[in-house]
Amino acid sequence: MSGKDRIEIFPSRMAQTIMKARLKGAQTGRNLLKKKSDALTLRFRQILKKIIETKMLMGEVMREAAFSLAEAKFTAGDFSTTVIQNVNKAQVKIRAKKDNVAGVTLPIFEHYHEGTDSYELTGLARGGEQLAKLKRNYAKAVELLVELASLQTSFVTLDEAIKITNRRVNAIEHELDEREREEFYRLKKIQEKKKILKEKTERELEKRKVAGEVTEPANLLAEEKDEDLLFE
Amino acid sequence: MAGRGKLIAVIGDEDTVTGFLLGGIGELNKNRHPNFLVVEKDTTVNEIEDTFRALGAFSAGEAEASPDHHDPQLLNETPNRQFLNRDDIGIILINQYIAEMVRHALDAHQRSIPAVLEIPSKEHPYDAAKDSILRRARGMFTAEDLR
Repeated sequence: MSGKDRIEIFPSRMAQTIMKARLKGAQTGRNLLKKKSDALTLRFRQILKKIIETKMLMGEVMREAAFSLAEAKFTAGDFSTTVIQNVNKAQVKIRAKKDNVAGVTLPIFEHYHEGTDSYELTGLARGGEQLAKLKRNYAKAVELLVELASLQTSFVTLDEAIKITNRRVNAIEHELDEREREEFYRLKKIQEKKKILKEKTERELEKRKVAGEVTEPANLLAEEKDEDLLFE
Repeated sequence: MAGRGKLIAVIGDEDTVTGFLLGGIGELNKNRHPNFLVVEKDTTVNEIEDTFRALGAFSAGEAEASPDHHDPQLLNETPNRQFLNRDDIGIILINQYIAEMVRHALDAHQRSIPAVLEIPSKEHPYDAAKDSILRRARGMFTAEDLR
């Protein structure tokens, strides 16, 4: 873009100014989207970190729960069949709720209790204490897992939202690049034309200068000839 | 959808299922179909996959798109036993070693609900490297780092 003539043809500069304004507008839009993408990505990373932490914690909680189960089995015998066959209504259920982050709605879970313990009256003669401990441990595990599930659903939703936002950013950038290139190309063409025109004008001026000196004697000769002809 | 209670389903070995049932999540719906599956030594991969896959798809259309749908063995499975087809399940807990058996079905599950959580079992401690959800993030991060 260097070497612009000081003598600029108006339309070209005007067009360029307009183009620049439009580019700026698109750039602002693009920047806003980028900000949104950054905000979402930041939240995404935070959630991912929390997920990893919680999963590690979950590993420990599950280990403890499994251990208490083994303990209970040791005392009360194998009660698995009894438990499985006495399923009725769930005591712990979850509700889906909405949370909002950077303009994106995220689904989260909330657990709640309903009804009474199906296994309260289960005929397990021995190991009542271990069983109670076991139930508590698994209830605790369930709460933690519901929290983890919320993190996961947020995570997956954010993942999609970020992908969409980035796609839009890329689309705008692509368009901006194209417009810039077009504008650059157009200006270059105009400049080339002006250059050619200028060179042509200069050459003609040169020619006329040279021709001017030469044409005088030539004219005299031509005139003489003409005169001769006329008089003939 | 908010306010309507959903269930927590579990696909696991006997101990895992027993534990969570004692934790209070088990339920039989009106058709006497359970929200859990006990995986034993002789449980087939198809059965697990079918139960899981059906658990996660809301629309019958998705279930139909699955390549195994026309497997005659699977057609014998009652659709209502399939967790993914049920819209009353919000979370599916699955032992990670079982998740490994049906990894492709898990990876294909792109929806956020029901949430699929991989949990350890007595013999198989939790391995973050295998987790479908975390692997998805890792894919995301490779692109992030390049930016």
